[in-house]
Amino acid sequence: MRTMFFTQAVDDALAQAMADDPRFILFGEDVPLLRRNLLVRFGPGRVRGTPISESAFLGAGVAAAMTGLRPVVEIYMVDFLGVCMDALLNHAAKVEAFSGGKWTAPVVVRVPCGGGYGDGGQHEQSLWGWLAHIPGLTVLVPSTPADAGGLMLAALRHDGPVVFLEHKLLSEMWLEFMGSGARRTVQFDVPAEGRKGAVPRRWDPVPIGKAVLRRTGDDVTIVSVGVGVHRALEAAQVLDTEGISAGVLDLRTVSPLDIVAVREAVARSGRLLVVDEDYEGFGLSGELSAVVLEAGISCKYARVCTKTTIPYARDREDQVLPNCERICAGIRRLMQ
Amino acid sequence: MAPELLSLYGPMLRSRLFEEAVAKLWNDGLISGEMHLGTGEEAIIAGVVAQLGESDAMALDHRGTAALLMRGVDPVSILRELLGYPDGLCGGMGGHMHLFSKEHLAASSGIVGAEGPAAAGFALSAQYLNSGAVAVAFFGEGAMNQGMLMESLNLASTWNLPALFVCKNDGWAITSRSEKMTGGDLNERARGLGVPAVEFDGWDVLEVWEAACAAIERARSGQGPTFLHARCVHLEGHFLGMQLLRIVREPLREMPEIAIPLARSFLRPGGAALRERMAGLKEVLAAVLSSLRDPRRDSAYDPVQRARKTLLADAARLQSLEDRIEQEISRVLKAALEEARP
Repeated sequence: MRTMFFTQAVDDALAQAMADDPRFILFGEDVPLLRRNLLVRFGPGRVRGTPISESAFLGAGVAAAMTGLRPVVEIYMVDFLGVCMDALLNHAAKVEAFSGGKWTAPVVVRVPCGGGYGDGGQHEQSLWGWLAHIPGLTVLVPSTPADAGGLMLAALRHDGPVVFLEHKLLSEMWLEFMGSGARRTVQFDVPAEGRKGAVPRRWDPVPIGKAVLRRTGDDVTIVSVGVGVHRALEAAQVLDTEGISAGVLDLRTVSPLDIVAVREAVARSGRLLVVDEDYEGFGLSGELSAVVLEAGISCKYARVCTKTTIPYARDREDQVLPNCERICAGIRRLMQ
Repeated sequence: MAPELLSLYGPMLRSRLFEEAVAKLWNDGLISGEMHLGTGEEAIIAGVVAQLGESDAMALDHRGTAALLMRGVDPVSILRELLGYPDGLCGGMGGHMHLFSKEHLAASSGIVGAEGPAAAGFALSAQYLNSGAVAVAFFGEGAMNQGMLMESLNLASTWNLPALFVCKNDGWAITSRSEKMTGGDLNERARGLGVPAVEFDGWDVLEVWEAACAAIERARSGQGPTFLHARCVHLEGHFLGMQLLRIVREPLREMPEIAIPLARSFLRPGGAALRERMAGLKEVLAAVLSSLRDPRRDSAYDPVQRARKTLLADAARLQSLEDRIEQEISRVLKAALEEARP
């Protein structure tokens, strides 16, 4: 077993795929610098920088995917998808349906997301619920280096558009780029297991749409993705000392949801707590309650999500994003 | 008639000292997230903002501190915002990329190019509600490749909006050389959309003032928008801690971390032929080399130093102004840091 940092794992899986298949190409703003290791191995033809023109290059990525290339398009932050959403919403996600299932756009959009390092509400959003709302888009949110690499490989092999979200708090590269700027005077609450971990010698795809149970527990099921999974595990440990047994289900894929795994776990525990760094209203947390209700499972339900625009101030940001205390409090209420 | 150089030097120096203090607080870990300083573009901001009045609006980018200071926003409240205090300019909610002052009609955005539509809308309000007022957009040349900014130039042109589109061209789009990312000529682009373009040295505050004066007069008198294209040098690159600058400034610390994985990947089997790999390597090296050759080192491009050189002719007046500003900034720092957070 070798160990890798989160983004290192993604890049490594990407390199493996690029070495195997010349149709994979990579582009985005500053990609020659950010992915310099791939640039010197695969050359400037396949690893390209772009102007700050997201609607053009993401739209081009979608169309290139329709005509034989397998582009990986990098967008600086998920927040910036606002500039170019049309390419995903009205094009990538619709090609398959509009062509009567005869044509697809196998493009991978690789994009950092999430907060916890004080960059403010226009640079720290999660938005996976917003993306998953659109039929035709696959949305992946890995929480460990092993899943990150494996899901990237699955995304690359997938026959339709995939948004691959890379949480900045887990990414050694993005956290340095956006958070510390190489300062040693700042600290962040980075989940160690998510930041660095064991990875396989050669990458195999992690199946899309398959959740994984990170911790078993009888009293309550915590369902989450990304950094939320680690916050949930931390909370489960605290609750354990109070005699509450909490299980943690890591969805890994937001769309398509692993409905079976969610229903099974919740049916057993009878309590569902969703931890979602994305916005609370009209999103993943509500969707999970619907999935359970539709199956006729009766359970107690609560959620710990982001309810407002994320404050810039670090102390208030830590309160607004799901944290261990809020998760524990939510579960204690469910247990009453 | 252009004002006395000293009256423009004051706001530039004040902004420079303020931002140097911000850099220190950021380095000390008291300010979080990214930090995009405007050091090096003070003349562009000063030359324009000195001519703005009460009803004029500003659409700012992610380095809007200088414009806010020069427009009269309380420096202590800006600093307390950057420190994340609840009594900061935006209640600690915005931070340095998202600074707003309703009172001064100034709104920032961290989305590249978003200043275009904002200025067009501010100008539309001015056209209807406040005849004679103007709206100014400040943005970098990287934003000129953003569709919404091009659309805004066209909109301002067709609606004859009282707007100034001020392009601060430092040659870098984040970490990429803009010339490699940009087709054609920016002035011709603006002209092609029906917006007159003027290009000038953004490190010369009087030159900026002259160009802005004509554009503002045009806008105020209902003759429509102007594209002001100012060349400049950002002394700290895109943001503090930028990797390319770190390599140049601390090569021994930075190089091994970059060179080892780079060499390993270059040599790894599977992938492109040697010629392609060499081309990739050349691209990486070119980025580092062009940072080395960067004009940042030449004080002729530093608008504050440049103005100061001329002003040295009357050293006594200069000294008294500089003393006053230095004292103010240290008072501001003290007030921002020492007053307990509420």
